[in-house]
Amino acid sequence: MSITFLILMIAAAVAISWPLGKMMTWAMEPAGNPGLFRRPFEKLLALIIGKAGENGQGWKSYLFSMLAFNAVMFVITYTIFLFQDKLPLNPAQIAGMEPSLAFNTAASFTANTNLQHYSGENGLSYFSQSFAIMWLQFVSAATGIAALAAMSRSLAGKKTAGNFFSDMMRASFLILLPVAFVSAALLVLGGTVMTFGGPVTAHTLEGAVQTIARGPVATFAAITQLGTNGGGFFGPNGTHAFSNPTFFTNIIQTLSLIAIPMASVWMFGRITGRLKHAGVIFAVMLLILVCNLAAAVHFEAEPTKALAGLNAEQSASGNLEGKELRFGGSAAPLWTILTTSSSNGSVNNMHDSLNPITGLTAMIGMWLNVVFGGVGVGVINMFVFIIIGVFVCGMMVGRTPEYMNKKIETPEMKLALLALLVHPFFILGGTALFAATPWGAETVANPGIHGFSEILYEFTSSAANNGSGFEGLGDNTAPWNIATGLVMLLGRFLPIIFCIAAAGMMSEKTAVPETSGTLHTDTPLFAVVLLGSVIFIGALLFMPVAALGPIAEYLTL
Amino acid sequence: MKTDKSIQKNSRAKKAARGSIFRKDLVIQAAKRAFIMLNPKIMARNPVMFVTELGAFMTTAVLAESVINGKETAYTAAVAVILWLTVLFANFAESLAEARGKAQADALKSTRKTSDAKRVKENGETETIPSSALVKDDIIIVSAGEIIPGDGEVVEGAASVDESAITGESAPVVREVGGDRSGVTGGTRVLSDSLKIRITAGSGESFLDRMISLVEGAVRQKSPNELALTVTLAGLTLAFLMVTVTLYPIGLYFGIELPVPTLAALLVCLIPTTIGALLAAIGLAGMDRALSANIIAKSGKAVELAGDIDTLLLDKTGTITIGNRQASAFFPLKEVKLEDLARAAVTASFGDETPEGRSIAELGAKILGTGAKERPEGRIIPFSAQTRLSGLDAADGTRYRKGACDSMKEYIMQNGGKVSEELKEITDEIAKKGDTPIVVSAGNAVLGAVALSDILKEGISERFARLRKMGLRIVMVTGDNPLTAQAIAEKAGVDDFIAEAKPEDKLAYIRKEQKNGRLVAMMGDGTNDAPALAQADIGIAMNSGTQAAKEAGNMVDLDSDPTKLIEVIEIGKQLLMTRGSLTTFSLANDIAKYFAIIPAMFMLAVPQLSALNIMGLSTPESAILSALIFNAVIIPILIPIAIKGVKYMPMGADRLLKRNLLVYGLGGVIAPFAGIKLIDMGLTLAGVC
Repeated sequence: MSITFLILMIAAAVAISWPLGKMMTWAMEPAGNPGLFRRPFEKLLALIIGKAGENGQGWKSYLFSMLAFNAVMFVITYTIFLFQDKLPLNPAQIAGMEPSLAFNTAASFTANTNLQHYSGENGLSYFSQSFAIMWLQFVSAATGIAALAAMSRSLAGKKTAGNFFSDMMRASFLILLPVAFVSAALLVLGGTVMTFGGPVTAHTLEGAVQTIARGPVATFAAITQLGTNGGGFFGPNGTHAFSNPTFFTNIIQTLSLIAIPMASVWMFGRITGRLKHAGVIFAVMLLILVCNLAAAVHFEAEPTKALAGLNAEQSASGNLEGKELRFGGSAAPLWTILTTSSSNGSVNNMHDSLNPITGLTAMIGMWLNVVFGGVGVGVINMFVFIIIGVFVCGMMVGRTPEYMNKKIETPEMKLALLALLVHPFFILGGTALFAATPWGAETVANPGIHGFSEILYEFTSSAANNGSGFEGLGDNTAPWNIATGLVMLLGRFLPIIFCIAAAGMMSEKTAVPETSGTLHTDTPLFAVVLLGSVIFIGALLFMPVAALGPIAEYLTL
Repeated sequence: MKTDKSIQKNSRAKKAARGSIFRKDLVIQAAKRAFIMLNPKIMARNPVMFVTELGAFMTTAVLAESVINGKETAYTAAVAVILWLTVLFANFAESLAEARGKAQADALKSTRKTSDAKRVKENGETETIPSSALVKDDIIIVSAGEIIPGDGEVVEGAASVDESAITGESAPVVREVGGDRSGVTGGTRVLSDSLKIRITAGSGESFLDRMISLVEGAVRQKSPNELALTVTLAGLTLAFLMVTVTLYPIGLYFGIELPVPTLAALLVCLIPTTIGALLAAIGLAGMDRALSANIIAKSGKAVELAGDIDTLLLDKTGTITIGNRQASAFFPLKEVKLEDLARAAVTASFGDETPEGRSIAELGAKILGTGAKERPEGRIIPFSAQTRLSGLDAADGTRYRKGACDSMKEYIMQNGGKVSEELKEITDEIAKKGDTPIVVSAGNAVLGAVALSDILKEGISERFARLRKMGLRIVMVTGDNPLTAQAIAEKAGVDDFIAEAKPEDKLAYIRKEQKNGRLVAMMGDGTNDAPALAQADIGIAMNSGTQAAKEAGNMVDLDSDPTKLIEVIEIGKQLLMTRGSLTTFSLANDIAKYFAIIPAMFMLAVPQLSALNIMGLSTPESAILSALIFNAVIIPILIPIAIKGVKYMPMGADRLLKRNLLVYGLGGVIAPFAGIKLIDMGLTLAGVC
């Protein structure tokens, strides 16, 4: 039953990704004659963004627009969080945020991470939720799609990277909004709460008074999953009964959290005109995903060691600690793997309670950060591994390495390596700094190996722009807020900058014709090369911390 | 006699240089230099080995501190020694490749050291000076029996020259003023007559000198791919530096203070020292292999670029076909008897002393019997390049002529004869087969034609098939008409051809190919080849060619062998393949080293991590030392591969990659597991750990 469920879910996700990829390409790359539906949109687009959207931008100017836009978004939302008590739509009278927490939250949502050091329903007003958080959940995801479109165009050899402002509009209004609308409608049908009414006060049988938070949850949950955002309306997002009430809503949300990352690969293939190459990338990502998932399901089927030998040991149903039983047995590891692989970060179970090796599989998804990865940026991260793989293997066929008919030389390698180094630098550096100082060591709930895993997970999640928490960590402190805030912002934008720059520089080179002496990137052999580079580089970078955290924990329990 | 000796000496020197990789004198020389290169200023050129040296230095500092404070030192000392050895091995690899290149160049240079030169002064008198005092544009005279003291260009006279010292080819060649055979090379010997030569490269500036200084590192620059790889290795080193450095504070969280020597050991094991150590040697060995093939490359970049060539421009004559065409058949007109045509052709060919002319006589003799070879009475009309025909005016007054189609037509018309439609059919048919028609006449009547066939060089079409499998486009350049060219092109299996080629056609073709992003290689000798040689990405000038051609190209072939292009491409490909393969090997080794070192490092804090000690290494110290020793000794073990290059086989990219991935990727994962375990067993047996 559980295997069938998993296979069906993965197959459904793959099936959805194909037409979705077509639709995304249609949205981002309008071909020739706009259709009946498209014409008014393009007119409206021209009206709204005016001159700024008219001309194609070179990669530098594209990047500049993107960074400027995101910087403005960051400042605005930061201000909203600080002063939410003075702003409207605050029926629960929630206070303004503490500055370091506001910084962390603004960084988190700008960077498409949605790490939450506050608890959603108690920390944010409806205004903040709807106009800061939900707004950013759209535009940060749209930024990812735009970045991928720009990189793909450069790799396709186009003269310009596109126009950032048009791309943002297209990604938001032609991709995210319609898909989110469908998803939200399905969620409402499934029973997810959707209201602008304030919290409900309930009197329990024992006479206690309980305040139950509600809100526009369905729309929120839809874009949370679709944009690989992951920040829930409620703190425990996908586990909360109002956000994810049933088996059915769980299926919708599980599928939507991987749909656009998968479709991004097809969009990349279509814009670059190399669908077969995209197929190879997709296959590699899928293979890692399936292996990781198999490991997670396997290890989560064991009961938690804490209950070993007790009467309460649930040997038949596996580790039930931190699970929502209404979703069934394997829904939890599936969500865990998808959410960590795809840089989403929402949860439908508590990761702190996962068995050690399952916790490791979650971290592996984030360390690699290319198993479909975030909306758009997953492919951008994969580009780094492709370049490195092509460089080393290209030499092995006796030619200066080439990718998409462009030679890979020193400048491209420099940028690719910088993009590669950013990720481990923040994870390993941050973990080392916080593990050795009271900043981290004193905030862990469980000292020892598990505490180390908590710190490691927090930096991993921030650097990967994932946002899920191992929790168990007292992370709403100034050092945590500032450190992870910086890591999220830099971990988000530095790889995008380096990769768009590398692709942009490649676009300026003369194309080299493909011959039988060229390394082909659309063959099973290349899949092996790519798989090898991802696994190998990932293992070399993270094996020591993996051994000290989850593996040591597994061995000592 | 002297000449023979110098050939012997030269070939012996060359053989020695190419022989055993670990030649004793070179090894000693390289070992000495390995220590000199410990100078951090020199090491800084190689980021990977620089970090290794830094690790060795820090470990030594810890060792010194332990000795002073009377702590246990055996383990630290062992780590320090192995780390220094790792650095020395790397230096040794580079020095050895350098020494080999130098030995190779010295062998070529040896013949030209001690000659005197007769310099012509401005007043016309000559003076004798040592050849080392010659400067560019000096005019010298070299007479029969003397050695040409430097590279130059003939400005007066013609002479036969023995170039065996440079090329190993014993047949003398003609060098004369003007034309495409005016270049002379220092160290060669004038056999007859005398030459007035303008020196084109002063002492120490000749191509050979330039190559020697390239090998010696005086002007050695990293080639583009070498630079990109260095950057990549530096980036990976930085990544592993991060991994290692962060382990120290993480260790503190677990309550252990990791010792510096252990961290240094882990770092050095992880960073790609194998390829870092051999990278320079691989590049130098590529130059050395070129030199072994008697190619003088003007830069390392050129050799590397050769691997990327997409299009080869090859001259038909001498490269694809053997130099001379041969008569293969007679084609008489309808009313003419075969014997009559043959007799007329043979008679007319007495005026043609070229091998082609002689082959007509040979073919005629087969039909008419050997008696036909006797020269009849009459006046000989010799072949000339202007008239393009030859003949004999017989005693009976009949004028026999044979020659190229169009010149014969002209000749017949001038003498009141007619050129029939039938002749055109015959000549077209001959041309279509890729042969050249030679028209034969007696008086003012055309008798028929002789077909001159191009003979393909043995094995050339197989060679082309291999090149095309590697993705190369081969373009044949010929002066033949398009019909003939087409036929030969098909026979040889080339992709395209330029017929009736003029020098500017070559240039235009190269530009067209380059516009499509292709890299083009060509070989040339004449002054009119110079623009094309300069335009081509790889231009190989023949040593026998003009100075202009040699200046324009980026390589000079001492043998003046047109098929060299193919060898050069293979050398370039092998160079890149060796780099890629050893990089893969180096990185693949890391997996096993992790399994040796990580459990060893943290076994104190988390004893259960010994489960990761899958190799069953005896003690933590032994595990770390074994990994480190393996990491060090793999460098000298791989020196032969670095210098000889990985085995090169012409095949498509995908098959090549599959093979190299299996050997160097999978092999690189497995080999260290076995190696480290063996070393560990050895250490345990020896009772060291």
